[in-house]
This record gives sequence, structure tokens and C-alpha cells, in this order.
Amino acid sequence: MKNDFRARNHPAYWAFIVHRVSGVALALFLPLHFWALGQALHGEAGLESFLRWSDQPTVKLAEVALVLLLAAHLTGGLRLLALEFLAWRDWHKTLLALAAGITAAAGLAFLLNLT
Amino acid sequence: MATLRVSVWRGQESGRFQEFEVPRQESQSVLDVVTHIQRALDPTLAYRFSCRVGMCGSCAMTVNGRARWTCRTHVDKVAVDGRLEIAPLSNLPVVKDLVTDMTLFFDKWARARGRFRGARTRRDDFERVPPDSAARRLADAAIECIGCGVCYSACDVVAWNPDYLGPAALNRAWTLVNDARDTDNRARLAAVAGDAGCHACHTHMSCSERCPKQLSPTASIAGLKRATALAALKGEF
Repeated sequence: MKNDFRARNHPAYWAFIVHRVSGVALALFLPLHFWALGQALHGEAGLESFLRWSDQPTVKLAEVALVLLLAAHLTGGLRLLALEFLAWRDWHKTLLALAAGITAAAGLAFLLNLT
Repeated sequence: MATLRVSVWRGQESGRFQEFEVPRQESQSVLDVVTHIQRALDPTLAYRFSCRVGMCGSCAMTVNGRARWTCRTHVDKVAVDGRLEIAPLSNLPVVKDLVTDMTLFFDKWARARGRFRGARTRRDDFERVPPDSAARRLADAAIECIGCGVCYSACDVVAWNPDYLGPAALNRAWTLVNDARDTDNRARLAAVAGDAGCHACHTHMSCSERCPKQLSPTASIAGLKRATALAALKGEF
């Protein structure tokens, strides 16, 4: 017999999903990031036109999502390191709440800077 | 009298859920429900239990999608709209109905070198282990495992990698790593350091979430990860 979502529906499993999905999404984003940086190799104009294009509101919103992904992956990774390398204590849900809170704060701070 | 509608898995790996109506009673456990079905409704139903008081670890099943010890699980806590779904534990071969074959589960305890090996004989004096020593406290935190298989059934890594030793075997290994009397630790750490050992754990924490004894095999596995890393750095294997 195999487990379904009912067996997996608990906070630490959701943290695993967020960590894995954010990692895959960031890995997919990296080539785009390097391509954008590579525009500078073709001269100032090429990069400048890309930067103007990236000023669109939808691109800015996508950047918020990117910041959220980065913050979620970073805090998720730090949570795992703290859990596994520090002395064990009953704090895994506190660490989760901290990771989620810092992620949300990072996203909101970035969003505020856009306006 | 109120009744409970119960779907019970019948068959082996392939099979189907069969519906039963069971009289609802006060303080009724899920094991009481299964026992009623077998004794009053269908004597061909196969299930396993022994002590009925949460000590032997025989009666674990999947109740409404989650692995649980059925003798200490009250129907009140798990029934949704008067319904229960009872299936055998996941990640183990089904012998019949609600009975799983635990052979591989316990073989993995042996593979993780879960057997105590000491240096003293019966003619020697007792080894004195201070109860408040750091190692004894770590062993105490993990020692109450009853071998019910709930953690093994809840673990996704077991489903993804059939060779994975699993939370219970690794938890057992960790108790022995912290046993001052044991002499087999180098081989034990080597046994749990491979691809199917502690480093395969993804820290989903399903084992810790579902353990009916509120143990945290994740903590034991994290301890093994540190201990094996340290042993590898020292060149011990």
C-alpha cells in the first residue's frame, strides 16, 4: 500500500515541499539570470534595453516572487542546518515559523521598495 | 444506537475496501472496531494484535490515511462524520487484509547492527552508567520504541528507496551508539552511513510526527549523520 496526501499533511512535510520546489524554481531561473547578465557583453545598449524591459509591473511582481523563493530556500536550508547540526531540542515548529516569517518579511520589504 | 461506517481493506496488494456498520460505543478504540467486525460480522477478517495496551507494537494500521497504533487510538479522535477507513500499514507487503509482513522491517534492524554487543561476561561486574550522563540521556530519549512500524509506514524515503533502513532501525542504532557498554560502534556507523542509511533521510519528519510513543527518530537520524561524518573525518571507515 502507498501513502496519500493524508499521511503527508503536516508542517515539516510542507516545509520540505517548499524547500524542494523553491530550489527547482531557482535552478530553472539561473540560466535566465546569466543570460541577462550576458547582455552586458554585447555593449551598454543591449543591457540597458533589457533593464528598461524589466521595469514593467509584471516583471517587478515576478521579482517579488523570486525574492520569496530565495528567502524561502535560504531560511529553509538554515532551518535544516540548525535542526541537524545543533543539539536536538523541541523547536522544529518554531524554526518553521521563523523561516516562514522571515520569508514573508523579505518579500514585503522588497515589495515596499518597489513603490 | 449510533453506528460507525467502516471501510476495511480486504485482500493483499490488490484488493478493495469492504463496508461494515459497527455499533458506536463510549471510549471505543479503533482496535475495538476491528475486533467487533471479526467477531460479530466477518470471521475471515485478518488482523494482528496482542497486548491491547500500547506495549507490544502489533496492532498498527493505517486509519483514515495515517499510520497509527489502533489499540490506543480512540474512535472519537479519528472518525470523520462517523466514518473510518482502515487499511494495512503502507510500505510493507500485505499478507492478508490488515496484516503486513514485518520481516523486512526487522531485517533492517539487523542490517543497521541493532544488536547489542558488549565485552563483559556474566562473571564480570555490572558496567556503571550514570543515568544523567550526556550519552545515556540521548539513549533514553530514543529507547522506548515498541517496534510498531508506524514510522516506517509513514516514511516517504522508504517508499522511494526500498533499501533505506528506515527510521526505527536507525533509531535503534542511535541508542546503541550512545550505549557506553557496546563495542560494535565502528561497524555500526559504517553500516548506517551508506546510500540506504542515515544520509538518505530528507527530514520530512513524518516518523516523528506519527510515532505513537512521541519519539523523534529524526533526532536519532540527525545524531547518526553527525556521528558518521565525524567518524569519516577521523578516517575510521
